[in-house]
Amino acid sequence: MKKMTSAALGAALMTSVSVPTMAMADDLTLCWAAWDPANALVELSKEFEAQSGHTMNFEFIPWPNFADRMLNELNSGGKLCDLLIGDSQWIGGGAENGHYVKLNDFFDAEGISMDDFAPATVYAYSTWPKGTPNYYALPAMGDANGWFYRADWFADADIQAAYKEATGEDLREPQSQREMLQIAQFFQGREIDGKTVYGASIFTERGSEGITMGVTSALYPWGFKYENTPGSYDMEGAVNSAEAVEALEFYKEFYETATPPGYTNSYMGESLDAFKSGQVAMAMNWFAFFPGLYADPDTGGDKIDFFVNPPQNQAGSTLGGQGISVVAYSDKQDAALEYIKWFANPEVQAKWWELGGYSAHNAVLNDPGFKDSAPFAGDFLEAMNDVQDFWQEPTYAELLLAMQKRIHDYVVADQGTAQEALDKLIEDWTEVFEDEGKL
Amino acid sequence: MTDTVANRAAKATPQRVARKIKGLSDRAIAWIFVAPTIFLLLAINIFPLIWTIQLSFTNYRANRLNREPEFIGLRNYERILTDSDIWLNMQATAHFLFWTIALQVLIGFTLAWLINKKFKGNDLWTTIIVLPMMLSPAVVGNFWKFLYQPQIGLFNYIVAFFTGKDPSSFEMLGSVQLAPWSIVIVDTWMWTPFVMLICLAGLRSIPDYIYEAAEVDRASKLRQFFTITIPMVLPFLMLAVLFRGIENFKMFDLVVQLTGGGPGSTTELTSINLKREAFEKWRTGYASAYAIILFVTVFGLASIYVKALNKVKER
Repeated sequence: MKKMTSAALGAALMTSVSVPTMAMADDLTLCWAAWDPANALVELSKEFEAQSGHTMNFEFIPWPNFADRMLNELNSGGKLCDLLIGDSQWIGGGAENGHYVKLNDFFDAEGISMDDFAPATVYAYSTWPKGTPNYYALPAMGDANGWFYRADWFADADIQAAYKEATGEDLREPQSQREMLQIAQFFQGREIDGKTVYGASIFTERGSEGITMGVTSALYPWGFKYENTPGSYDMEGAVNSAEAVEALEFYKEFYETATPPGYTNSYMGESLDAFKSGQVAMAMNWFAFFPGLYADPDTGGDKIDFFVNPPQNQAGSTLGGQGISVVAYSDKQDAALEYIKWFANPEVQAKWWELGGYSAHNAVLNDPGFKDSAPFAGDFLEAMNDVQDFWQEPTYAELLLAMQKRIHDYVVADQGTAQEALDKLIEDWTEVFEDEGKL
Repeated sequence: MTDTVANRAAKATPQRVARKIKGLSDRAIAWIFVAPTIFLLLAINIFPLIWTIQLSFTNYRANRLNREPEFIGLRNYERILTDSDIWLNMQATAHFLFWTIALQVLIGFTLAWLINKKFKGNDLWTTIIVLPMMLSPAVVGNFWKFLYQPQIGLFNYIVAFFTGKDPSSFEMLGSVQLAPWSIVIVDTWMWTPFVMLICLAGLRSIPDYIYEAAEVDRASKLRQFFTITIPMVLPFLMLAVLFRGIENFKMFDLVVQLTGGGPGSTTELTSINLKREAFEKWRTGYASAYAIILFVTVFGLASIYVKALNKVKER
C-alpha cells in the first residue's frame, strides 16, 4: 500500500511538472455583434481551431442590444467572453475600468507592430488615451458608413432624361451631400416598374446609436468638431457651429423630404430591408454589409453600386468597426492572446478580407489588387482616409444617449430648432464632463 | 382529551423533535415559522430599499467600481425635480395612465355587461375577447408595429377606408401627435379583457333577487343600472383600476417594442427613462434618487386610493 501511494504521488508530481509545458486546449468564447462579418469570422476561425487545438465558441448579439448586453457583462466582471470585438467607442471605458487587457507587452513579445495596420484604425480601435501608444485592442474590422444605390435605375435612359429635365443636371453618383439630397428628392414618390419608390433610407433609430451614426454622416462633411482643441472639452462654438447647425438642418430636410413613410426608427436592418424590397433608390449603411448586398440575387450584382459618403465642405465619413480585445476577467487569457497572435498574421488577414471581413492590415489594404478585389473596395479605402468617430470617453454611453435624444427630438419629433438642439447637447455633455471631473 | 387535529399532530410529532420544541411558547413557534419569510423580505425588499436610499445621496456608478462614491447630499433629487425633460416624461406617463385606464374601464365594463346578458355563443366570445391578454407584451409590440406601418399596415388601411385618407399619409408611431395615442390603443387592446373579467365577476356576484325586488318596485332599467349595478360593481372596478394603474405606471416592454420612447422623447415613460439612467448611462446614484421619487409617488397615490376603495367597500 505504501508503495502504491508513493507511486501515485510520483505520478501526480510528474503530471504537475509536465502540465505547464504542454499546450492546454481551451474552450474560448468570442463575443461580437450578430451580423454578416460574424459569420465570416466563424469560418475563418476554423483554421485557428485546427492549428491550436483550442475550440472556438461564439456569442453574437443583435446590434440594437449589443452595447447593452456586452457592457453589462463587462461591468459585472462576467466571464462569458474571453475575446471581445467591442465597438470603437468602448475603448476608453474598457481601458479605464480595467475590462480590457493592455496588449503592449504582448505585442512587443510577439513582434506584432501597430505600424502594420492602417493608422486610422489603430487610433480609433486600439489606443487609449487617444493617440498614445497604449494598446487595448488589435484592429479587427475596419468599417465606415457608406452608401449604395440602384445602379439599374440610375442607368435607365428614361429616368436619366426625367432627372435632366427636373434638375438640369446628369444623374450620377452624388458628388456632394446637396446633390445626394437632390437625387433622393427626385426619386421620392416616383413610379418605377408600377411601384412607388422613395429617395433613400437613412438612420433614424432612437434606442441605441442609430440616429447619431446617421446624422454624423452629414455633420462631419460640413466640418463638425466635438471640441475646439482636442482634449480640452471646449465644445461651445464647435458642436454648435454654424456649419453644424446647417448640417443638422440638412439631415432633417433629408428625413422629411426624401425617405419612405414610417422610417422613424430605422437603423441597419430597416435600411437593408428598404433597399432589398426595392423601395428606395439609395441607402446608407456600414461597409460591412456591402459584400452581402452585392451577392443578393434580387438587388445585387449589376443592379447595385456603392459610393463613399459624399463631401460637402470637406470629406468625412462616420467610423464604424471594432478592435479585438482580451477580456480581463477571462481565465483563458493565454489562449485568447494566442488567437490575437494568429489573427494578426498577414495571411489570415488576407483570408479575412476574402471571406467578407474588412481587414485593417496594411498588407491587405496596400496590395495593388485590393482596389479591384470588390466593387466597394476602393470606396472603403477612400472612406477610411477621412473617418471620424464619436467620443470614446469612458462615459461614452451617456454622451451618446444625450445626442440620440437631442437629435431625435429635433429631426424626427420636429421639436425646437437645430441651434437649440445643439445648444442643449452641449449642456448635456458639459454636465457629463463636469461629473467626471474633466471640466 | 378530545382527539383534535392539534392533538393528533402532537402525537404524530417524533419524540426527538417534540423534546426540542418542548418549552417553547406558541409565540416562539410562530416566529420560527414566520422567520424565513421575514428574512427573505428583508433581504430582497427592505435591504435593497435602504441601500437605494443611501445610494441616492451619492454619485455612485455601478460601472466604475474603481472609483469611490462621494456623498453629494440632495443634489440628485434637486437635479431630477428641476429637470424639464423628466417632467415631460412624467406628463407622458400621466397621459398614458389616464387614457388607458379610462378607456379600459369604459370598454371593459361595457363588454362585461354585454357578456353577462347570457346570449348564445357567450362562452366563445368571452374566450375570443380574453385572447390578447394571454400574449406576451413583446409579441404584441412587434405585431402592432406592423399593423401601424404606414405602407403595409392594416391599421392605416382601415382608417383610410373610413376616412378616405391616403394610408401612407399618417404615421401612428412616427408622429408626435399620434404616437402617445398609438401606445394607448395597443395597451387598451391588450388589457381591456382583464378589466372585463373583473367586472364580469362583479356583475355575476349581484344576486338576482335584488333586481327582482327593484322590478316589483317598478324601478326603470336605467335606475336599476345606476342604483344597483354600478354601486355593487364599483369595488371590483376600483380594484381593476388599482391593478392597471400599478401595472401601467411601470410599463416598459410594450412601449419599448413599439416606439423605443420616440419619436424624440414623446413616449418615453418614466420607467424607460429610469432604465436608461440606471443601466445605459450607469448613473446609479442619480437613478436611485429617481426610483425613490417614483416609489414615494406611487406609494402615496396607492395609499390614498386604497383608503377610498375601503370606504366604498364599507358602504
